[in-house]
Amino acid sequence: MKYFARRLGFYIFTLWAAVTINFFIPRLIPGNPVDALIAQRKGQIDDKAVESLNVLFGLDKHQSLLSQYFHYLGQLAHGDLGISFNNFPEPVTTVLGSALPWTLGLIGVTTILSFLIGTALGVVAGWRRGTWLDGLLPATSFLSSIPYFWLGLISVAWFTGPDSFLPSSGGYDPGLIPGPQLGFIGNALRHSLLPAATIIVSSVGGWLLAMRNMMVTVTAEDYITVAHAKGLSGGRVMTRYAARNALLPSVSGFGMALGLVVGGTFLVEYVFSYPGVGLQLLNAISSHDYPLIQGVFLVVTVAVLVANLLADLAYMALDPRTRKEG
Amino acid sequence: MRFRLRMPSLKVTVGLALLAVFTFVAVFGSALAPYDPSKRGKDLLQGPSGKHWFGTTHLGQDIFSQILVGTRSVMFVGFAAGILATVIAVLVGVTAGYLTGFAGESLSTVSNVFIVIPALPLIVIVTNVVPNSGDVAIAAVIGCTGWAWGARLLRAQTLSLRQRDFVQAARANGESTWRIVAFEILPNLTAIIASSFIGTVMFAVLTEIALAFVGVSGISEWNWGEVLFWAQGQQALSLGAWWWFVPAGLCIALLGTALSLINFGIDEIVNPRLRSSGRAVVKAADGRKVRMQIGFTPVLSQNQNENQNSNDGGGR
Repeated sequence: MKYFARRLGFYIFTLWAAVTINFFIPRLIPGNPVDALIAQRKGQIDDKAVESLNVLFGLDKHQSLLSQYFHYLGQLAHGDLGISFNNFPEPVTTVLGSALPWTLGLIGVTTILSFLIGTALGVVAGWRRGTWLDGLLPATSFLSSIPYFWLGLISVAWFTGPDSFLPSSGGYDPGLIPGPQLGFIGNALRHSLLPAATIIVSSVGGWLLAMRNMMVTVTAEDYITVAHAKGLSGGRVMTRYAARNALLPSVSGFGMALGLVVGGTFLVEYVFSYPGVGLQLLNAISSHDYPLIQGVFLVVTVAVLVANLLADLAYMALDPRTRKEG
Repeated sequence: MRFRLRMPSLKVTVGLALLAVFTFVAVFGSALAPYDPSKRGKDLLQGPSGKHWFGTTHLGQDIFSQILVGTRSVMFVGFAAGILATVIAVLVGVTAGYLTGFAGESLSTVSNVFIVIPALPLIVIVTNVVPNSGDVAIAAVIGCTGWAWGARLLRAQTLSLRQRDFVQAARANGESTWRIVAFEILPNLTAIIASSFIGTVMFAVLTEIALAFVGVSGISEWNWGEVLFWAQGQQALSLGAWWWFVPAGLCIALLGTALSLINFGIDEIVNPRLRSSGRAVVKAADGRKVRMQIGFTPVLSQNQNENQNSNDGGGR
C-alpha cells in the first residue's frame, strides 16, 4: 500500500504542476487577449464572462499574482473552465463533454490493442531469437518512424472513396443523432475503424521492441534454465516464467508512453476530422480560443494521470514486491 | 567501458549511411535544388517527370526543390533540440542519480512530471504563444520539453554506478565530487547518452513536422511538414496528387529508420545479449533441427543422447 500511496502523491503533484503551467501560459501571451476577443464578439460577452476571462488570463491588474492564482484554483475547483469563444456561449466543460467520449474510446481501445498485439509478438520474437522473426525489428521500426498523421492520409487515399465501406472523415454520418441506438453505434464503429488501424500500426512497433529486448535479457536468467530443467513445456516456460517477468518494464512504461500516444491520436483526429478532443484543440488554436485550449490541456492531463494510476494497479497485481508491507 | 573497434553491424552501417545522405542534403540542399522552392511555375499540379522529379504543386512549385531545401530546417531543429534536451537530461539525470536525499528525489520527480504530461499538446500551446516562432524557437521549445526520458534513464544508470567499487574507491581517495562525476561516471554513461540523444532527435523531427503540418508554427522556412501542410490544405489526395504526399512522408520514415537503426547498434553495445548471434536453428548430424537457446548446450547427435540416457539410467 505504501507503493500505491507514493504513486498517488506523485499524481496529485503532477496535477498541481499541470494546473500551474496552465495558469502561467496565458500570462505569457503578448497583448490583451480578452479585449481583443470582446472587440471581436462586439459586446456579446456579458460582464460575468468578462470577469471570468480576466481571472483566466490574469488581467486583474489590481490583484497580486498570488491572489490571482488562488482565485484561479477556486474557479477550477467549481468546475468552471470558462466560456469557449468558438462555440459561444457554451461553457468549455460542455464542449469537452461532447468531445471526450470519442477520444477516450479511440485512444483506450487502440492503446490496449496495440499493447497486447505488440507485447505478444515481442514475446515470441524474443523467445525465438535468430529466426526469421528477427526481421520484424527493422520492419516495425520503419512503420513506427512513419508519422501517425501521414499514415492516416495515405490510408484515406487508399481505402476510402465514394463507393468504399470505410468513411474518410467524421465520427458518424451527418444524418444520425448520437445516442445508444444500434444503428448509431454500428455507424460510429465503422467510422472509427480506419483511425484505429492507423494508430495501431504506428504504435505496435514500440511495444514489440521493448518486449523483445526484455525477453532476450530474461531468457538468460537462471530461473528460466531451472524451469527448462524441470521438464516444463517450452510454451509454459515462455509465458509463465519468461514473459511474466519481462512484462514488468512494459507495464510500468505503459502509462509513460501514453503521453506520446495522445499526441499521435490528436493528429489522427485532425486527419480524419474525428470529433474528439484533439480536433477541438487544433481548431481552438487556429481561432485563438484560449479557454478551450486550456481546458483541453487540463482534461487530457487528468485522463493520462488516471490511466497511469490504472497501469500502477496492474503493476501491483503483477509484481508481488510492490504489495509487500513496510 | 572500452569499446573494442570492430566492424559495425549491417544495421548500423545502413543507418549511418542514410544519416550521412540527409546531412549532406541539409548542408547543400539549397545549392542542389533545381528551382526556387517558392517560385511559381507554369506546370500546375503535374506528376513526376524529367523536368520535375517529384512533380509540382497547385502553384507550379517544384516539390523536389521543396524537399531538398526543407531538409535543412528538419535536421537543424532535430539536432538542435536533441543537443539541448541531452544537455538538460545529463545535468538533471546525473545530478538526480548522484545526489542522495531531497535534492535527488525532487529532481527525479520533476523529470517524471515532464514525462507524464502529454508533450505534444503542451508544445503546440507553447509554440502558439511564443511570438514569431522560427526554427530556433521551435527547437528551444521541443528541447525544453523533451529531455525527461533521457534524464530518467541516466538517473537509473547513475544510481547503479555510484554503488560500484571504482566509484567508492575514487571517493575513498578523496577525489572531488566534480571529478568523480566527470571522469568516473560520465564515461560510463556514453552509450545511454548517445541513444537518448538519437531518440530525442527523432522525437524533435516528428514534432516539428507535426507542428508545421497542423499549421501552428509560422510559415517561415520550408520543411517537410510545410509541404504536407500545403498538400493537405489543397486536398492533394482527393485530386490524386500522390506525388505531393509520398516523398515527404518517405523522407520522414527513412530518417526515422536511420536513427533507430543506429540506436539498435548502440543498444547492442550496451547489452551484448541483444546481438543477433547468427542462426539459431542448426541442423544436427542426423538431420533433426535443433534450436539453440541461451544457457543450454545442445546435444546434436542422437546416438550420444541415447548413450547418455543409458548411463544416466543406472544412476537413478
